[in-house]
Amino acid sequence: MKLLSRIGFWLLVLVIALFALFPFYYAVLSSLRSGSELFSVAYWPERLDGSNYIAVFQRQPFGQNILNSILVAGTVVALSLALSVLAAYAFGRIAFRGRSILLMTILGVSMFPQVAVLSGMFEMIRSFGLYNTLPGLILANMMLTLPFTVWVLTTFMRELPKEIEEAALVDGATPAIIVRRVFLPLMAPAAVTTGLLAFVVSWNEFLFALTFTLTNERRTVPPAIALMTGSSAYELPWGTIMAASVIVTLPIIALVLVFQRRIVAGLTAGAVKG
Amino acid sequence: MSATAARDIAPAPISAHERPSPLTRSRVRAAWAFVAPTLFVLALIAGWPLARTIWFSLTDANLNNLSDYAFIGFENYLVHDNGEWLGLLVDPEWWRSVWNTVWFTLVSVSIETVLGIVVALMLNAAFPGRGIMRAIILIPWAIPTVVSAKMWNWMLHDQFGVINDMLLRLGLIASPIIWTANPDTALWAVVMVDVWKATPFMALLILAALQMLPQDIYEAARVDGIHPVRVFFRVTLPLIRPALLVAVIFRALDALRVFDLIYVLTANSRDTMSMSAYARQQLVDFQEVGFGSAASTLIFLIIALLVVITIVVGRVRLSEDAQ
Repeated sequence: MKLLSRIGFWLLVLVIALFALFPFYYAVLSSLRSGSELFSVAYWPERLDGSNYIAVFQRQPFGQNILNSILVAGTVVALSLALSVLAAYAFGRIAFRGRSILLMTILGVSMFPQVAVLSGMFEMIRSFGLYNTLPGLILANMMLTLPFTVWVLTTFMRELPKEIEEAALVDGATPAIIVRRVFLPLMAPAAVTTGLLAFVVSWNEFLFALTFTLTNERRTVPPAIALMTGSSAYELPWGTIMAASVIVTLPIIALVLVFQRRIVAGLTAGAVKG
Repeated sequence: MSATAARDIAPAPISAHERPSPLTRSRVRAAWAFVAPTLFVLALIAGWPLARTIWFSLTDANLNNLSDYAFIGFENYLVHDNGEWLGLLVDPEWWRSVWNTVWFTLVSVSIETVLGIVVALMLNAAFPGRGIMRAIILIPWAIPTVVSAKMWNWMLHDQFGVINDMLLRLGLIASPIIWTANPDTALWAVVMVDVWKATPFMALLILAALQMLPQDIYEAARVDGIHPVRVFFRVTLPLIRPALLVAVIFRALDALRVFDLIYVLTANSRDTMSMSAYARQQLVDFQEVGFGSAASTLIFLIIALLVVITIVVGRVRLSEDAQ
């Protein structure tokens, strides 16, 4: 009985691991096969062929797409963190009237369906002359990251003991100095986690990127991959699509594995605390 | 992702000796100065576009020329014209997309909840390789949605897909299934991919709740020789219920907004179209900004209603905690 349940448990572990990993394994496998090889199903690598990885950069500006994604996500993270560290200090450490209603509003914004702002955002981006530009996407993606970074950093800020700023207050430090000298160093780990999660959000964003860009050179990675086609109507573009998928997924997986603990903490921060 | 926001709705307790001293007043001034940039940006990129969308929904605006439109009241929603009803509320395509979205949300979130509990219980057990397992289940979560949709698209390919190949080899099906193009299986395919991608998130939230349970209860149950299944239903489940509820609501809100997964996986076919995809199609593909905005506004209202319910539930929980 005991043995049986042990076997059952390990079987479960195995099945879950296979289910989680197989699609990515199969994408890597498919990306290393080309031409007519893709017309047959293989479960193990036979001959490793890197031509898809070259083709994806030759057939379309995929390098530019990656650069666009990095520029957009990087700027979005920097701006969101800069704004939300200040806001989180105010929300987390200072009692002022209207604080909870503001926090609730920000929480509400984080649950906005993106499509609800689509036409208004389109009009705004166009009137700023930002249609089909990276700044337009940065502006739009801030809507997705900023409410969320404010919330997480506020949660972290609250958890720090009160004594931390008391000494500084007694010495007559201004709030600006307190934020810079006392909280900024303490917030660094939380800011890394939050920034990473915001980066993932912006890196994965599709609806805005699809709607607010027009030319392939300005696209970020998700619409570039979604709209990828073969060199002819009869060619299966799956080899190159899988190569592109592997290229953009590997760095994210690496980041996630390195920052595993922090990400789990960030995702669950506030969500389960009683 | 936004689950992070879930709790801590009530303001943190701040120093008991609150009197409007000069220091307090200067701190309050600083607080407003610190939140002002964030509020300004949010008003600009969320508040204003939302207001414009709602306004557009009452006009006949067209994407070709957004500055030239006329106010038409609620005609985008419902209008009686020449003896027949027209508008969003009587458009079968809209209701089809609503039904698709609701069906997708109910089915995928239910499966994700059950599987999430199973995975969380597994990760909560002490076994060699637990850290590696946790890393492994994070991988589907980390893969961009568009990329996972493409990966599964290829795996579900009707002629050359590995899923059909596996099922054929195992003798479970007699001929290949056209997964993503057939209306009967397409939404199930979407559910399968969503389960693959979102279960880790669910499992992590549940795991965090499990890890905060007091261990002595389990010790007592073990000493008394109570069957683990009974312990799970009588002790564990009631204790993690609040956290579970929060996780379910967050997943459901996410699922109701679904766009990219369905758009990429099923090539935006009308059989599987979600509410968001419907609104975007009207707005961008058909250039009907007025009509599309009406759909957007309805989606916003539906989700806003659920958010209000969430917050009320959150409040109720907080007051329970206080007792």
